[in-house]
Amino acid sequence: MPHQDPAERVRNFNEVALGWDRETAVAEARRCLVCKNPQCVTNCPAEIDIPGFVQKIAVGQFLEAARILRASSALPAVCGRVCPQETQCELTCVMGKKYQPVAIGRLERFASDYALFAEELQIPDPAPPTGKKVAVVGAGPAGITVAGDLVKLGHDVTLYEALHEPGGVLVYGIPEFRLPKKIVRLELDIIKKLGVRLVSNFVVGRTATVDELLEDFDAVFLGNGAGAPSFLNIPGENLNGVYSASEYLTRCNLMKAYTFPGNSTPVAQGRKVAVLGGGNVAMDAVRMSLRLGADEASILYRRSRKELPARIEEIENAEEEGVKFNYLVNPVRFVGNENKWVTGVECLRMELGEPDTSGRRRPIPVKGSEFIVDVDMVVVAIGQSANPIVASTATGIETTERGYFIADDDGRTTKPGVFAGGDIVTGAATVILAIGAGKKAARAIHDYLEKGVWPEIST
Amino acid sequence: MPGQSEVMMHTILSKTMVTERTWHMRVAAPLVARKCRAGQFIMLRIHDSGERIPLTIADWDRDAGFIDIYFQEIGATTELLATLQAGDSILDVVGPLGNPSHVEKITGTFVMVGGGFGIAAGYPVARAFREAGNRVIAVLGAKTRKLLICEEMLRAVCHEVYVATNDGSYGIQGLVSDVLQGLLDGGEDVRLVFPVGPPIMMKIISQMTLPHKIKTMVSLNSVMVDGTGMCGSCRVTVAGKTRFVCSEGIDFDGHEVDWDEMMSRQKMYGKQEAEALSYHREHGACCGGVR
Repeated sequence: MPHQDPAERVRNFNEVALGWDRETAVAEARRCLVCKNPQCVTNCPAEIDIPGFVQKIAVGQFLEAARILRASSALPAVCGRVCPQETQCELTCVMGKKYQPVAIGRLERFASDYALFAEELQIPDPAPPTGKKVAVVGAGPAGITVAGDLVKLGHDVTLYEALHEPGGVLVYGIPEFRLPKKIVRLELDIIKKLGVRLVSNFVVGRTATVDELLEDFDAVFLGNGAGAPSFLNIPGENLNGVYSASEYLTRCNLMKAYTFPGNSTPVAQGRKVAVLGGGNVAMDAVRMSLRLGADEASILYRRSRKELPARIEEIENAEEEGVKFNYLVNPVRFVGNENKWVTGVECLRMELGEPDTSGRRRPIPVKGSEFIVDVDMVVVAIGQSANPIVASTATGIETTERGYFIADDDGRTTKPGVFAGGDIVTGAATVILAIGAGKKAARAIHDYLEKGVWPEIST
Repeated sequence: MPGQSEVMMHTILSKTMVTERTWHMRVAAPLVARKCRAGQFIMLRIHDSGERIPLTIADWDRDAGFIDIYFQEIGATTELLATLQAGDSILDVVGPLGNPSHVEKITGTFVMVGGGFGIAAGYPVARAFREAGNRVIAVLGAKTRKLLICEEMLRAVCHEVYVATNDGSYGIQGLVSDVLQGLLDGGEDVRLVFPVGPPIMMKIISQMTLPHKIKTMVSLNSVMVDGTGMCGSCRVTVAGKTRFVCSEGIDFDGHEVDWDEMMSRQKMYGKQEAEALSYHREHGACCGGVR
């Protein structure tokens, strides 16, 4: 797929991957073998009819392709951009055994974009009203999926969002250069046109509790996200200039600090930036810092390149843009100046030992190898933990020791009528896994609303 | 159910200057008013390109569906807020956020020590302690008499109100800490002190009460973005551990707060705040979308 030139793109905030034209998309779609027993579908959490939509592209019926996508997913234009297809649908594509797999993600993006920007967007007619009311908490990938699936079945759905803008991680976390906010807004417009009532600025747990919602709704889905940044808990972490990735990206994306002072939210403009962590969020943060004028931006990661959890595409994008990767280093403390502003990250060098429980080789510190990386800004991107606001104000919803909701495979929590899915059940994961959890929960909610039966949950 | 309408209008019902560059605003916010308790705050955003700022809820009327806020013009956002008039609306108001202050019947006297416009934030807590059946004293501090706010409101809910002004134009000449010292020396059975105002004042008061082993609850005003525990911008070290003011506070034990760190974090954006202010003074009209 054509990309903006690296030297050019680090000076703007526009999308890096430029998308395909019709000819390229059709040619790629024709490579699909249309397997009788498609392995790609079995590996898609959103259960998309992949051969179906790809075939429509192959014959030039792009709107029809988009309709098939949207029948299974409320966020196809998003997934076409941010899904790790290489570990899902494309991993099991039969073409991939001998050749390159069919570029399913790029085709998904092509067809979805084509329809989103088409003049007449086709909105399916909803089913007749069931009279059942559902509250969906959190307008991120899981919540949007649940809301979309349930409204199509005729339920009356209210989608509550704590922030002023819906989208969850798609608007506060993932940067414009990887996922344009216009795309998210267009996908949300469809959900709204289907009849979902969206209420922003509503913090469930504060503005109203889950118990209060249950007085007015027949079912509640909790998709409020992990929602609390993790820190390393090492000395100096509260120095000025040290951010959590959630804060840094929220300032930049949701609050558009990159247009400061036109937008009034400020963000530090580090010249020498270190980002701690190796996931997609770390890549987003480090690439954002380059666009905000960093002379030097580096990733500090305690294992090696092979273990980086980020998508290979994002790692390559970062490398092309000039991000430095410091592997096998572990931060032990932050150093600051007299103004309490961070000036350095003291690190230990690591070497890889035996594989740990995750199957990755465990990093072991090398004694006496301390050294200092000079910085004037740091972003800690080591993951998120469970935000306690919803759980602590509700009754009867059990959580794990770490604060995540306990739910069965269909999202049933320990409280009848209350379902949960996405990061607040699994811990921080991917957009597509949240969508998958949302799909399963929507089916279970529909079943519960139809039959009124709450089975004993098994987790 | 609350929030059934998609567009929540937060109309400004009234606006009064309480002293120079300090305003009282009454804002329609039925969802917040329905639920809020003493010690909680809101986040507001005036218009589409505005920042989110936290403001303590000073008072509310659940039936009428409004809240009262006080703010001082200290930056781009608060200066812009001060230009809005009754009838205008604020784009986003979300809350109530933070945990309510822990209010209970205590043995002995509750003393609210308020400085500057922080006095407004102390008002609902003082009132709640009074309603819980406590003896309540307010110690109010201002540079000079005309900068003193909310005195009448506090007189209505406190057993006693003392005022300290730096120039002696009203009450005693001196600092709120002098008044508190006087209370302690005079045999008042002070068991809980609640300082609210500039961090340096809260630090000094906390240091004063420590040797007396008087419980001191502080209400922290950190830099926030979302206000729901999502970003960690407001983090502060309390008893050696990192805590989030918005989701775990806003009240903490004043004896355990790392005040120097708290104060330096509060100044993190000093330079940019000045830049934003001059930009908005120059481009005021561009902020758009206010009405």
